[in-house]
Amino acid sequence: MSRYKRRLFTDNLMQVVATGLAVIALALLAWILVTLFAKGFHSLSVNTFTQPMDAPAGSSGLANAIVGSLIMVALATVVAAPIGVMAGTYLSEIGGNTKLANSIRFINDVLLSAPSILIGLFVYNIAVKPFHGFSGIAGVMALGIVILPVVVRATEDMLRLVPGSLREAAFALGAPQWKVITDVMWRAARAGIVTGMLLALARAAGETAPLIFSSSGAQAWTFNLTKQMSNLPVTIYQYAQEPAQDKVDLAWAGALIITLGVLLLNISSRAVLAGTGRK
Amino acid sequence: MNINPSDISPAMRTGIGDKASLADTATKIQVENLNFYYGDNHALHDINMAVPAQRVTAMIGPSGCGKSTLLRVINRMYDLYPGQRAVGRVLLDNEDLLGKGVRATTVRSRIGMVFQKPTPFPMSIWDNIAYGIKLHESLSKADLEARIEWCLTKSAIWGEVKDRLHKSALGLSGGQQQRLCIARTIAVKPEVILLDEPTSALDPISTARIEELIDELKSEFTIVIVTHNMQQAARCSDVTGFFLLGKLIEFEPTNEIFLSPKHQKTQDYITGRFG
Amino acid sequence: MTLETMADGPEGAATLSGPGRSLTSSRGAKVDIAFRFALYASGILVLVVIGAIMVQLFFGGLPALLAFGFEFFTSTEWDPVSDQYGAGVMLYGTLVTSVLALLFSVPASLGIAFFLTEVAPIPTRKPIGIAVQLLAAVPSIIYGMWGFFVVAPIMKEYVQPILIDGLSWLPVIGYIFAGPAKGTGIFTTSLILALMILPFMTSMYVEVLESVPGVIKEASYGVGSTTWEVFTTVSVPYGRTAIIGATMLGLGRALGETMAVAFVVGNAARISTSIFASGATISSQLANNFNESLPGSLLQASLLELGFALFVISFLVLALARYLVRSRLQG
Repeated sequence: MSRYKRRLFTDNLMQVVATGLAVIALALLAWILVTLFAKGFHSLSVNTFTQPMDAPAGSSGLANAIVGSLIMVALATVVAAPIGVMAGTYLSEIGGNTKLANSIRFINDVLLSAPSILIGLFVYNIAVKPFHGFSGIAGVMALGIVILPVVVRATEDMLRLVPGSLREAAFALGAPQWKVITDVMWRAARAGIVTGMLLALARAAGETAPLIFSSSGAQAWTFNLTKQMSNLPVTIYQYAQEPAQDKVDLAWAGALIITLGVLLLNISSRAVLAGTGRK
Repeated sequence: MNINPSDISPAMRTGIGDKASLADTATKIQVENLNFYYGDNHALHDINMAVPAQRVTAMIGPSGCGKSTLLRVINRMYDLYPGQRAVGRVLLDNEDLLGKGVRATTVRSRIGMVFQKPTPFPMSIWDNIAYGIKLHESLSKADLEARIEWCLTKSAIWGEVKDRLHKSALGLSGGQQQRLCIARTIAVKPEVILLDEPTSALDPISTARIEELIDELKSEFTIVIVTHNMQQAARCSDVTGFFLLGKLIEFEPTNEIFLSPKHQKTQDYITGRFG
Repeated sequence: MTLETMADGPEGAATLSGPGRSLTSSRGAKVDIAFRFALYASGILVLVVIGAIMVQLFFGGLPALLAFGFEFFTSTEWDPVSDQYGAGVMLYGTLVTSVLALLFSVPASLGIAFFLTEVAPIPTRKPIGIAVQLLAAVPSIIYGMWGFFVVAPIMKEYVQPILIDGLSWLPVIGYIFAGPAKGTGIFTTSLILALMILPFMTSMYVEVLESVPGVIKEASYGVGSTTWEVFTTVSVPYGRTAIIGATMLGLGRALGETMAVAFVVGNAARISTSIFASGATISSQLANNFNESLPGSLLQASLLELGFALFVISFLVLALARYLVRSRLQG
């Protein structure tokens, strides 16, 4: 019986340990969010959203960085998401198990997890160095490369979830392949593909490393995509290292804004999937 | 399972399905020396058969016997999958639809198909029907409306959906969805309709409605139905082919297959000794 | 009976074989070809992008390789004044922080996965799972700021002095825990990295463990196993390959993580035996130095060569991870 008791003891012990680990991990992660809210909220003001970074001390905000981030993320999505959807569609609808499709799938998975700072280096080499300067366009390219693999993967996965009989039913009406894909397959996988895009957007919005060497940052309002472009993540990175407390405060405010934005995108992507996803 | 004379359709008892009247029926689809391969797997062996126009042809046999495969050759559905290969000839009105330069999309617009499980597109009922029509024709709004009403009426579902045409087709019951799929198929005005076990996912009442519908539709369309249900084959078909292990064992008027099969294997199958 | 005499439907149903229904008509074929080409080209673009990244980093770093030879990867000297560069410090920092991070996060993630799949009350599993997934989405710069402003001071004031006092007198391993308590450094970086990859690895482990067929677990319960025994003798071994793959993916993240590391690693281009000392990783070195390098300089080439090294390491780790994860889920 002692053997039996020992086994039960181990079982109970491990369950307690696992519960403890979960509690500790969630507490630590909650601590991050609490810190973020505490420090960020106290630094938020109307100026944060209305004034640019180069406004007079005491009234400066993050408006130009927020708008710059929105512009670059939006443009990157507009450029990269359609390419990603088409590449994902290629993998699911045409490529199948051919060597080419398997290579693309493999490379895409690597790109999905590749260190994002390398994307920054790459864009620096092809779009910053040749034109002798950082630019919003380079930032858009870097974020586009961040977005691309996420959308490719989501599109392929979601199209594969569509029952094959639906595809065949469309073909059976005599529809050409492009009609089958655009009218039936994309429509059936729409919720999943939109979710993938929102997740990609969330990821791009929080990425700092690819932007440091591409768009870099700027203090003033910039709408010229050929010039350095201010954005939230790089501003946070720079201001957090400043000795001046008001800049550090702004960094916290920016961190809060970006985290809320990213979490909101994540939650709404789940809502999209739950809302239309019948199964 | 034994077939009672009462299971045989009235049409057959009045003689439409017997050999004499089939003789003067035109052949719609002529299958000649057809062999089919899934990669290295030889799935159909030297199939020869003549599908009569405006009749219901049933294909029966145990699972994996090749009857569904044949259906997928007839409308070139196998084209979608690399590694699948058909050798031989399938003549639609004397034109080989496996021949060079033949576009599968056109073949499929002339030979429609309804699947085992209902396959409504994730759109409104109206758009489901209009989708196929718009692929091949550009009709005026009035003509389109008329066509949609026509095919929904033909498919015996108009009354149930006429007040909800712009609601999602996914809200219909399984039996309604299947009739919608039949309506969608005939909306394109095909010459042939292939039915791949169209009632296997449905309840008995929905099944009965679909069978009635098949009987109605054969005045205008050539129908080929694959079924596991031998009573269904006996009830609604004029000609029946029995498949076994990729071979067409027997292809005769339905009453002959069921009442006096020539082959022992056919006899064994329809009396339920295997399958 | 022939086609022409067939009974017609009411309106517009005159001929069943309408115009344009000739079997060999090529109407619309061009759109299909163009569409397929667009899809194909988009797929190829993915290959081109990663190929271009590799080529750019390789050729960008080539001058450094030519100047220093293979010693570039072993030399620990990084001196912009004398224009001498080696990757040794950063390679060491990258590997040590990542491996330490895995050492912390693998047991923790497995434990939490055990909790989430077997222990937690069923109604709480989904919300906790979603919370964990959301935490995996928090941008890494947030982890970096938190590490720098919150964790590092605590490490400096409380944790490191205790560890240094308690362990540094030990022979040999004492060196690992020696040195001044600075707060930032290799040890703190590893902790932050561990916490960062924890939500990610936990959700992947949970996904793997949930794919273990219920019947197999039931069979084990059926012979009287405890929950923990089912977990260790059935679930984990069953998902072993994918669990290792998920761990490699976590490693891949840790290796390339930039922002969280740049804040807390201390940025010192030297190797120390103490895990409390400052250091540098490839990505932190790039983040902190690249914008000061001039195009065409040996410094920039050396930084690009660092990037190439990181690319190769990540590529190998991710390729292995993907092979393990996908082969398991497919087979």
